[in-house]
Amino acid sequence: MSSASRAAVALAAIATLPAGAIAAQAAPASHPGKPVYDRWCAACHGDRGAGDGEGAAHMLPRPRDFTRAIYQIRTTASGELPTDADILRVIDVGVPGTAMPGWREQLTDRQRADLVGYLKSFSPDFERAAPAPISIGEEPAGGADALAEGKRVYDQLECFKCHGREGRGDGTSAPTLADDWDQPIRAADLTESWTFNGGDAVADIYLRLRTGLDGTPMPSFSDAVEAKIVTDEQLWRVAQYVRSLSPERPPRVREVIRAARVEGALPAGPADTAWSAVEAYYVPLVGQVVARPRWFVPTVDGIWVQAVHDGRSIAMRLAWSDPSRSPDPAWDEWLGRIRAGVPADPGPGRADSVPAAQGPDRLTLQFPQRPTDDSERPYFLGGSRRRPVHLVRWSSGGAAVEEGLGTGPGSFAPLAGGTGFAGGGEWRDGRWLVQLTRPLAVRDSTLPGLTPGTAVPIAFALADGSNGEGGLRGSVSTWYAIHPDVPTPTRVYVQPVVAALLAAGLGVVVVGRAQRRQRGERRLTSEES
Amino acid sequence: MKRALLSGILVIGAAGVVAACGGGDGGEAASGDAPAAGAPASDAPAAAPLGSGTITGTISFTGTPPQNPTIDMAEEPDCKAKHASAPVDPQVVVANGKLANAIVYVKSGLPAGAAVPAATTPVVLDQDGCLYEPRALAVMTGQPIEIRNSDPVLHNIKAVPKVNRGFNVSQPSQGMKTTRSFDKAETMVPLECSVHGWMHANVAVLEHPYHAVSGPDGTFSITGLPAGTYEVEAWHEKLGTRTAQVTVPEAGSATADLSFAASGS
Repeated sequence: MSSASRAAVALAAIATLPAGAIAAQAAPASHPGKPVYDRWCAACHGDRGAGDGEGAAHMLPRPRDFTRAIYQIRTTASGELPTDADILRVIDVGVPGTAMPGWREQLTDRQRADLVGYLKSFSPDFERAAPAPISIGEEPAGGADALAEGKRVYDQLECFKCHGREGRGDGTSAPTLADDWDQPIRAADLTESWTFNGGDAVADIYLRLRTGLDGTPMPSFSDAVEAKIVTDEQLWRVAQYVRSLSPERPPRVREVIRAARVEGALPAGPADTAWSAVEAYYVPLVGQVVARPRWFVPTVDGIWVQAVHDGRSIAMRLAWSDPSRSPDPAWDEWLGRIRAGVPADPGPGRADSVPAAQGPDRLTLQFPQRPTDDSERPYFLGGSRRRPVHLVRWSSGGAAVEEGLGTGPGSFAPLAGGTGFAGGGEWRDGRWLVQLTRPLAVRDSTLPGLTPGTAVPIAFALADGSNGEGGLRGSVSTWYAIHPDVPTPTRVYVQPVVAALLAAGLGVVVVGRAQRRQRGERRLTSEES
Repeated sequence: MKRALLSGILVIGAAGVVAACGGGDGGEAASGDAPAAGAPASDAPAAAPLGSGTITGTISFTGTPPQNPTIDMAEEPDCKAKHASAPVDPQVVVANGKLANAIVYVKSGLPAGAAVPAATTPVVLDQDGCLYEPRALAVMTGQPIEIRNSDPVLHNIKAVPKVNRGFNVSQPSQGMKTTRSFDKAETMVPLECSVHGWMHANVAVLEHPYHAVSGPDGTFSITGLPAGTYEVEAWHEKLGTRTAQVTVPEAGSATADLSFAASGS
C-alpha cells in the first residue's frame, strides 16, 4: 500500500467519524467526567468501571462492566462499539427494567457528555475508529394484517424459544440463559413494554432485532436479512407485533380497586371469560428490601387485579407474568445460577442463603385485621403486634388457601376459621391466573368484613419458587384499597321521573288556579264598569 | 461482512504485501489503524511460507476418560433424529488412548518480525444435530470462519472473546451461512449458542498459521516452519494445557508427543 493510499484510507476513516466524537483516552485521573462518575456512578459501576461497585452483587443484571466495552443498547451492528449518542441515550433515559435510572434531569449536558468520554476511557477498544450506526428505513404502516404477519414471522424465527409462545419470557431455553458475565438473565417479558431495556417504540424494538443486545443472549437478525431468510419489512412486522403484546401506554396505577356489583353468578374460575369484561387494575411490585433477608432480584414486578361482588361474596382475579410454574425441574439450573450469583443476606444470628430447592409460587393478600382509616393502617410489611394484618395465602402446590395473622415481616400464625377465602389458579404460557372468592360478611368478629360502599386496605406479595423466592424473598406492594361498589338502587332511576311528574302536575294546578283567578277578576271588573 | 473485510485488509497490511496490493483493495473503508497489534512487522517482503519444516505428534490420554454428559434434546426432535443413540456432549473424545480436539500451536520461538502469509481460506464451523463440528478450531487473525447452520432449527452463534470484539448472530434457517473473523490473537475465543445451552466450541486465534487440531487418532501436523526451536502447546477445553520444546531442522521435522491424564492420575 503506498503512503498516499494509506493516507486516503486514514482520511476515509476520519470522514466516517461522527461529528464531535468524544475523546476516549484522556488520562482518567484528570478526566472532567471522573468527579461526576465517582459521585453518581461508582457505587454501582465500581471505581474502575468494572461493574463491581458496592451495590453490584445484589443486582441482576449486574451494573454494566465498562472495561469490556460491551453495550446492549446500540445503533451499531452486533459486536460493534456503541456511538457516543448511544451511550448518552442510556445515561439520559436509563435502562428500563433494571436498576439504572435516567440522569437527564440530575446532570447537566456538559456533565453527561463528560461521562460519555470517561466511560469510554475504561476500555482500550474505544481507540478503534468510531462505528457508524446501521442504516434503517421507515416503519411501514401497521394494521391487523401486519400484526398477523408479525406473529407468523415471530414463530418462523423461533423467537418463542426464549420469549415464549405468548411473549412472557417462558420459552424452553429461558431457564438456561446467562449473560456474558455468566449471570442468569431473563428473556424479556414482551407483554411489559415499559420494561424494555432500549425503549418500547416500534423503531426501538426493530433496532434491537437488527443489532441484538450485546452481552446478552439476544442475537442480531441483520445477517438473516442479508441472507434473505427474512425481509427487512418482516422484521418491522415482528417489531410491530411485539409492541402489540403490551398495552399502548404503561398501565396507570390507581389507589382504589373497585369491585363492581354484578347481577347473576360470580365468575366460576380464573379462566372464566366473564373476567374479560371486568376492569383490571395494575399494581406494581418491588423486591422486598426492608427486612432481612432482603431480595433485590424478584421475578414478578406487577400484578393485575380484578374484582366483582354479588352482594354476598366477592371474587378477585389476580394475574401476573411468571415464566415458571414452580417447582419445575427445568428451572433447577436457573435456581443454581441465582444461588451462585446472589449473596446470602443473613439476619442477626441466621445464615440465610437462597434455598437449594424450589418452593411453590405463592400469592399473599394482606388486609388490616381491624377496621382502620388511612392514618392508622398497619405496617405495610406484615403488620406489627399492635396492628396485626390478616393474611391470605394461595400457593401453586395445590394446597387449600390458608388464612393467618401477621404481626411483623414474615410472621404468619394460621387461623382456624378465617374469612372463608377459597380459590384456585392455573398457569399457562408464562402467566398465573388465580381466582380467590370469599363471603363479604364474616362470622368471626375479630376479622374484617367487607361492606359495599366502604374501601378496605389491601396489599399484595408474590414469590416465584424457581427464583429461590419464599418467606421474605419475593416482591411486595405497598397498601392499596379495595372498594366493593354499592349497587345503584332502583330509586335512583324512579325518583327523577316521579319528581318531574310531580313538578309538571303542580305546575298545571298552579297555572290553572292562576288562570281561573284572572278570569274571575276580569268578570268582576266588567260587572263594575 | 464489513468486519471480515476490514480484518482482511489489516492482515494483508500485516503480511506486508506491499507490492502485490497495488490498491486492489484500496478505496474500501478501513480503520486506518496500524496493522493488528503484535503482528509481525509489515515491511518484510515475503508472503511465502517461512520454511518447510514440520512438527508432528500424537496427543495421548492415559487413564479412564471422564464420562461425557448426555444431552436432553427432547425440545429439538429434528436435532435428536440426527443422533443414532442418545446424544452426548463430546467434551473429551478419547479412542485407544488418543485424544481428539486438542488445539496444538506454536506458542513461541518464531523469528522476531517474521512476516507470515495471510490465511484467506475460510475455516468451516458447522452446527449439525445441535452440536458444533468441529468443536475446536484454530485460525489466523483475519481468517474467515464460515459458520453454517445444517439444522432446521434456530441457532444463534455467539462469540464471547476477551480481547477481540464479540458477535451474536441469529441463524434461523437451515443452510444459512455467516462469515466472521477475529482481528487480534486470542487463545481461546469461546463460541456458544444461547438457544441450546449445551453447545460450545473454542477457537484459537493466532498471528501465524502454525497450528493444528488433533484428529480422532490424536495426531496432528504443523507445516511450513523455518528451522528453529519452538515451544509447542496443546490446549484442551477440559484438560488444560501441555507444552513441549522441539527443535526443527532446516526443511526437516520434529516430533512433539504430548500426553494428558485423567484427573487425579
